[in-house]
Amino acid sequence: MLGRTASSLFWMSRYMERAENLARLIEVGYRISLTPGIGGHRNEWRSTLVSAASLDSYLARYGEEGEADEQKVIEYLLFDPDNPSSVRSCIEAARNNGRGVRSALTRDMWEALNSTWVDFVALRPADLRGGRLPVVLDAVRQRAMLFRGAMLGTTLRNDGYYFSQLGAFLERADQTARILDVKYYILLPRSEAIGGDIDTYQWETILRSVSANRAYRHVYRDGFKPRNVVEFLILRSEMPRSLRFTYRWILESLTGLAHYYGTAAPSLSEARGTHDMLEQGDLDQIFREGLHEYLLNFIARNNALASTLAADYNFP
Amino acid sequence: MDAYSSAESRFFDEMVDENGELRASYRQIGAWLNGQTRGALRRKRDEADNIFRRLGITFAVYGSQEATERLIPFDIIPRIIAAAEWRRLERGIEQRVRALNAFLEDIYHRQEIVRAGRIPAELIVRNAAFLPAMGDFSPPRGVYAHIMGVDLVRTGPDQFFVLEDNLRTPSGVSYMLENREAMMRLFPEHFTGHRVAAVERYPEHLRATLNSVAPPACDGEPTVVVLSPGIHNSAYFEHAFLADQMGVQLVFGSDLFIDEGALFMRTTRGRERVDVVYRRIDDDFLDPLTFNPDSMLGVSGLFDLYRAGRVTIVNAPGTGIADDKAIYSYVPEIVEFYTGQKPLLGNVPTWRCGERESLAYVLDHLDELVVKEVHGSGGYGMLVGPAASKREIAKFRGLLKARPDNYIAQPTLALSTCPAFTNSGVAPRHVDLRPFVLVGDRIRITPGGLTRVALKKGSLVVNSSQGGGTKDTWVLED
Repeated sequence: MLGRTASSLFWMSRYMERAENLARLIEVGYRISLTPGIGGHRNEWRSTLVSAASLDSYLARYGEEGEADEQKVIEYLLFDPDNPSSVRSCIEAARNNGRGVRSALTRDMWEALNSTWVDFVALRPADLRGGRLPVVLDAVRQRAMLFRGAMLGTTLRNDGYYFSQLGAFLERADQTARILDVKYYILLPRSEAIGGDIDTYQWETILRSVSANRAYRHVYRDGFKPRNVVEFLILRSEMPRSLRFTYRWILESLTGLAHYYGTAAPSLSEARGTHDMLEQGDLDQIFREGLHEYLLNFIARNNALASTLAADYNFP
Repeated sequence: MDAYSSAESRFFDEMVDENGELRASYRQIGAWLNGQTRGALRRKRDEADNIFRRLGITFAVYGSQEATERLIPFDIIPRIIAAAEWRRLERGIEQRVRALNAFLEDIYHRQEIVRAGRIPAELIVRNAAFLPAMGDFSPPRGVYAHIMGVDLVRTGPDQFFVLEDNLRTPSGVSYMLENREAMMRLFPEHFTGHRVAAVERYPEHLRATLNSVAPPACDGEPTVVVLSPGIHNSAYFEHAFLADQMGVQLVFGSDLFIDEGALFMRTTRGRERVDVVYRRIDDDFLDPLTFNPDSMLGVSGLFDLYRAGRVTIVNAPGTGIADDKAIYSYVPEIVEFYTGQKPLLGNVPTWRCGERESLAYVLDHLDELVVKEVHGSGGYGMLVGPAASKREIAKFRGLLKARPDNYIAQPTLALSTCPAFTNSGVAPRHVDLRPFVLVGDRIRITPGGLTRVALKKGSLVVNSSQGGGTKDTWVLED
């Protein structure tokens, strides 16, 4: 397989995963904006922009006074072709990467990717009127899932599959860690003492951002508690967006590559380091050392792994 | 639905004869068509659009701002060629491509045809499409043009003419294949009722052709790649499609490099040797060391490697000299010179505007002629006299006087019509035909080819960049 092909498969999946996450973040922002008195609207859109890695570019474009403008924020995050982190840009990048390796994709994957793009570019801001934003966001998530389903259901379990999986899981790990980090201050143990309605609501939104608010209730009988939320998203291996879960898959994919190519690359041992750190992770210790520091360290390791992977397999 | 009529037409119609009777090859399709309502055909057309859209068959139209990607319209009514008609065409095409390859070999060696006074020397040596760098080099099997798309037009029952020989990087074959795929999904019942010659083996034949011209340095199974300029090229879909169908890598220039006298691609396992490059980039961009130094699309040193017999480039660089519009008018002489036979397929009569008498005639008859730029393609830089405004004619008059050598002129051809499904029902529209030819260890011609159709009423321009569409093309077997 060409190094460029591997890279494109990696980024194709990574961008689709990102588009899906972004749709979820926007949905959470939108829900909060419908619930007056909780945290304040302005704050929530700001933290949505931060989670979407778009605050700086948004402020550069609209200035501080644009921040409260919900319509602008939504359009910027959904449609703006100049915002490299918009849903549109992600879908376009995913499709362009797929297009560049068209012959490495199954027809079903390509159809999923292509139809997502074709339908998305036909959307206009006016299509969001009349409370239709959630419908559009649902459609984005469904398409991302269709793409993932097509990938899982139709591709050969060869090197291409592993690169594609690695793109998705590295992105997912990064997203979960960053969402937690953006909200870490409300999860610090001391805030448990406050524990009012607002906090509970905030904790729930974090879970909603990773589609885990219902799953949480199945795992934890008692209500939303910051300790549990942190444990759920970092250490619980049954939670498909937790850091531990994603690193199990990352390690499995890299091991798969090593078997497929008959030789282990440096990225494998690097991933094993992070994997072991998560497997041996202990909640008390994480809080003792500082949640924020723990997450920053994780995000840096995760980024470094992506670079090592690119070097190992001749990404251009 | 109203019966199809081309009665008032002075054009040859593929489906009905001058008495309005169905031709033998169209008996079933014609009867079926007459039994369809407009709504039923529209539903089929929408279904076809859907199939193509989902498959991502798109065509980038240069200069089209709002849509960088657009579907080439597909017409659901097939163009049908009878078995006997096709056999005649096939013989004519084969003769022509043999002659053109012999011509290329000759002009890059001894230039016997020039010595014999059959073609003026300056037409070759002063032609931008002539590559002196190809001199005294013989590609594997002596084949220069391996992959060709010969544009044919029809004006009567037995009157087929070659409009253009495309010997550089002809495109469209993926549409031929996908059109068939779509038709079989849309109308399986037509395929059980007809014996339609298969086109599906084209990728396999292409692979066999490419394998057969592996360079001398290659021992064992050759590694073939398709070299594309990238995802923004108008034919990118086709590049990817063909690579996929052949089971070979689709590469960009940046995936390739040369080391120790061999061509390699960068793979996840390190480097892998490449033997045959089916390139879909122009000569000019192949190798910045030999050709355009600014090219980012090719590979530095590729041409030297080619001449050293370490890699094969398909089609060979410099084949453009044989499909140059200035050379075109000499092809009948070329066929006779190298085969010793009369051409089975004729040319469209052509005035070379560089010749004084021709220029005078052309300037006097601009309103009835088609004037083409010698090096143009895709229907750009072209005047269609009968359809042109006074201003356009005046503009071309100026262009012709300023650079007569740069133009040829041809009569406005009475291109045959074929029924097409239009907004006003089933109506005659002009068509041409591009059969696809492969030359390697032997010559392989896929039955049929790509029928292009001018969907605008009365229009004679079938190019997809100018509002043309395509049709599935059936060659019926006996």
